[in-house]
Amino acid sequence: MLNNFVALTSLGRRTLPNLWDIVALALVLGVFALAAFGWRGMALPLEAPETAQLSLDYSALPYYGLRTTLRMFAAIGFSLLFTLVYATLAAKSRRAEMILVPLLDVLQSVPVLGFLSFTVTFFLGLFPGSTLGAEGAAIFAIFTSQAWNMAFSFHQSLRTVPRDLDEVAKSFGLTAWQKFWQLEAPFAMPGLIWNMMMSMSGGWFFVVASEAITVGDVNVRLPGVGSYLALAIESKRIDCVVAAVVAVALIILAYDQLLFRPIVAFSGKFRVELSASQDEAESWVRDLFVRTRWLRVAASWPASLLRRASLWKMALPFAAPRLPQSRRASVLFDIVWFAAIGAVFFYSLYLVFEFVRSAVSLDELRHALLLTFYTLIRVVVLIALATLIWVPIGVWVGLRPRIAEKIQPLAQFLAAFPANVLFPIAVVGILTFRLDPDIWLSLLIIFGTQWYILFNVIAGASAFPNDLREVSANFRIRGFTWWKNVILPAIFPYYVTGALTASGGSWNASIVAEYVKWGDDTIEAQGIGAYIAAATAAGDYPKIVLGVSLMSVVVILFNRLFWRQLFGFVERRLRLS
Amino acid sequence: MSATKAPLLELRNVFQAYGRSSGEKGPLVLDDISLRLDDGEIVGLLGRSGCGKSSLLRIVSGLARPTGGDVLYRGEKVAGPVDGVAMVFQSFALFPWLSVLANVELGLRAKGVREADARRRALKAIDIIGLDGFENAFPKEISGGMRQRVGFARALVVAPNILLMDEPFSALDVLTAETLRTDLLDLWVEGRMPIKSILMVTHNIEEAVLMCDRIVVLSSNPGRIAAEIRVTLAHPRNRLDPEFRQLVDQIYALMTRRAEPPKREGTFPGLGLGMALPTVSTNTLAGMIEEVAAPPYDGKADLPALADSLQLEIDDLFPVAETLQLLRFAELAEGDIKLTTAGKRFAEMDVDQRKKLFGDHLLAYVPLAQRIRRVLDERPSHYAPATRFREELEDYMSEDYAEMTLRSVTTWGRYGEIFAYDEGAQTFSLENPQ
Repeated sequence: MLNNFVALTSLGRRTLPNLWDIVALALVLGVFALAAFGWRGMALPLEAPETAQLSLDYSALPYYGLRTTLRMFAAIGFSLLFTLVYATLAAKSRRAEMILVPLLDVLQSVPVLGFLSFTVTFFLGLFPGSTLGAEGAAIFAIFTSQAWNMAFSFHQSLRTVPRDLDEVAKSFGLTAWQKFWQLEAPFAMPGLIWNMMMSMSGGWFFVVASEAITVGDVNVRLPGVGSYLALAIESKRIDCVVAAVVAVALIILAYDQLLFRPIVAFSGKFRVELSASQDEAESWVRDLFVRTRWLRVAASWPASLLRRASLWKMALPFAAPRLPQSRRASVLFDIVWFAAIGAVFFYSLYLVFEFVRSAVSLDELRHALLLTFYTLIRVVVLIALATLIWVPIGVWVGLRPRIAEKIQPLAQFLAAFPANVLFPIAVVGILTFRLDPDIWLSLLIIFGTQWYILFNVIAGASAFPNDLREVSANFRIRGFTWWKNVILPAIFPYYVTGALTASGGSWNASIVAEYVKWGDDTIEAQGIGAYIAAATAAGDYPKIVLGVSLMSVVVILFNRLFWRQLFGFVERRLRLS
Repeated sequence: MSATKAPLLELRNVFQAYGRSSGEKGPLVLDDISLRLDDGEIVGLLGRSGCGKSSLLRIVSGLARPTGGDVLYRGEKVAGPVDGVAMVFQSFALFPWLSVLANVELGLRAKGVREADARRRALKAIDIIGLDGFENAFPKEISGGMRQRVGFARALVVAPNILLMDEPFSALDVLTAETLRTDLLDLWVEGRMPIKSILMVTHNIEEAVLMCDRIVVLSSNPGRIAAEIRVTLAHPRNRLDPEFRQLVDQIYALMTRRAEPPKREGTFPGLGLGMALPTVSTNTLAGMIEEVAAPPYDGKADLPALADSLQLEIDDLFPVAETLQLLRFAELAEGDIKLTTAGKRFAEMDVDQRKKLFGDHLLAYVPLAQRIRRVLDERPSHYAPATRFREELEDYMSEDYAEMTLRSVTTWGRYGEIFAYDEGAQTFSLENPQ
């Protein structure tokens, strides 16, 4: 990419294109053609989205898959842009940081799926009667599921740029723009790419939920896998559901192979470490491109252009040297700044309060609180259940490298797979066997997120130091003592990461999992997720606001009082090395 | 006083204080430093960790601003990174995502030098510094010595007048460091480098004598200029040359003498708390006592010889020797270390007796240990949070040093069994787990 400074010295010897050139060229052209084809469908002024005709024909699936994928990439593009601007602003300006970082923290914990109704109406109003509004709403929904953790990671990286490299940049007089592209962005690259992958996985869940959405009497249907699935549910076509599942699986596999693996392999060189790491990421696509001859020459021109752009001597305004302004003025400004933030905060709180109070009675509030409590219990019990099941399995797998090597990609794939695509199959089961929805729908909440626990535990057990294993074998530490004193403390930091992700995802999932449909049958569990979903279907805005606010508050409290504390404990006591 | 007569670089009464988050100035790091650098000389700033020599180098390079005093480059005030000054870092500080060539080119490209021009100059620098063949390698693929060569090439390629070096060889193994030193000296003596003068920071006395024309010895806490020594030996210098050895001994003596005053301050009530304690493990202390007590030293050792036989540099050796002196297990004078009676007894003792003696000396001679123990004794609960002492220490020293000092006293106190410490709760107490 930007810093591909590798000199093309081998060029002189043989200048014929090689076999790799042809394969790679086919790959590149194919991707471009597909993108162009899909883009035409998006940009054409189609009829209003409500009337768009969808087909349940299997042959329509590839095109729908393409449209869905393009939506995903548009969203990740916006997320990237947002990340670069937002996180940089937060890292470079103390005052901006004061609001941007807590805001990000809140946004990260809020169940964005609950806001779908608002964003859809907003975007539809922005482009009345055109597909673009609906597309915008769907892309925005995906964006809201992707952007926050990327921005967090980038901000974190910007704050931890190694001091000596920073000094080199300063002593060579790099401008803010140059420093950003030469030092800060490359340094943040591995973390950002990892978070992008996680975001992409999370995004699937939302793309399925946001392509076909009904808010009151507004009915949006965008051509895509999510809409196809919704249609299959309406027409009770279980075969089509299976087809959608297969299609999503194939798409996820394809972009993993074609895009993420090469990027991860490429990002390895941005890692700041003193020795070449043992396990370099592999990618056949990257190898393919590295072996091409003509394509590399062709790529060197835009690469050098980008390089020149990254060395452009432009000083960004926000990184201007901090002027030694008088202390009193600075303190005064701080006070004004805080007052402004406080005023905006309380005013919005007041607005929400007024809006909800106008339409919601005290009984309603009590009811909603009770439902939130139900969902909380559901999430806690399910995380505990998933822990009991997956921790022993994860440890067993992780301690056996041969098996872990095969299971780990599967677990990561399952975590990326949007569980809501599988919901209809479970619903059919519940209907057929007349099961209690309060119990069996709960399982759907954890269905997609439990894999985070599994793959993190596997990672933890795989990283368990061999000498500690030998020590415990040598002292014959077994059974309960082994679990309590040896392996559980060792995997705990990994487990906490996985469980936190799973818990956050579960709250979001409850909105779609507690309220499911199959044809005309609606199955509902008692919970705040179902409350929000039902209110969305009815277009009852005060109830949506109430439900989402309650859920957000509980999630934030839960994170602060439980997960944050646990993380602190892990950092202090259990981190190996 | 015409501009042409101005020295290449001049520091006039430079002060530097630790910044506090509250904005007020903390304790001094650098105290009234005046220094000049002329054309054609290598000047070494010699001192131990904590003497502010790295801060001084950052002030010279324009990376940091002093709280008082002026830095003049060719008679003009320095207010930011200067064009004619380039720096070589202890940690190499290479960009891991750039190839060797790209790392060397970076400074030029950032200044807007054309691609072809930058390439030509970078290749030339790479050639001079002996990196041919590594142009396309990435930093993580090459050895430490090669990495530091990249660091040199990157600094030289911008054709600076002054080359600043921040302990450039201390992260390398002994043999590699020696090769790099001699290569650099050869280039300097033959005039093949486009630089006028070198200012280097080091804690290695022999390195300073080997390379420098002038050695500025800095004392610690705060950093002051303790002495200036001219080295007139001709290059290439021979480490075994008696004159060379004599210079090394002389500097050792100078540096041990300088370590005296803070010790005496420690006996004043209240003032002793402000003494920064180095990170030295009790095993090292015991090991040093045993080494000096045993033949051939039999209780008295010449520090340079001891450093040689233990393969320690002054940054490792001095803190140990000074801690022993602080605890009255040894005395330092004129470059020698001599065990006290207590030190000799310590060498003869078994583990439990040693711990007892160590604890007694700790309470008797380290004010901070006394302080912690007294607070614990006075409180009915016999508990005290660590933050209480950390904040007290921060009145005298930077946060980092306060942290280090507290950690050292904790380790020593645990060994001497004068108090216990719970890391999780960050509290001192008198109870020992059964």
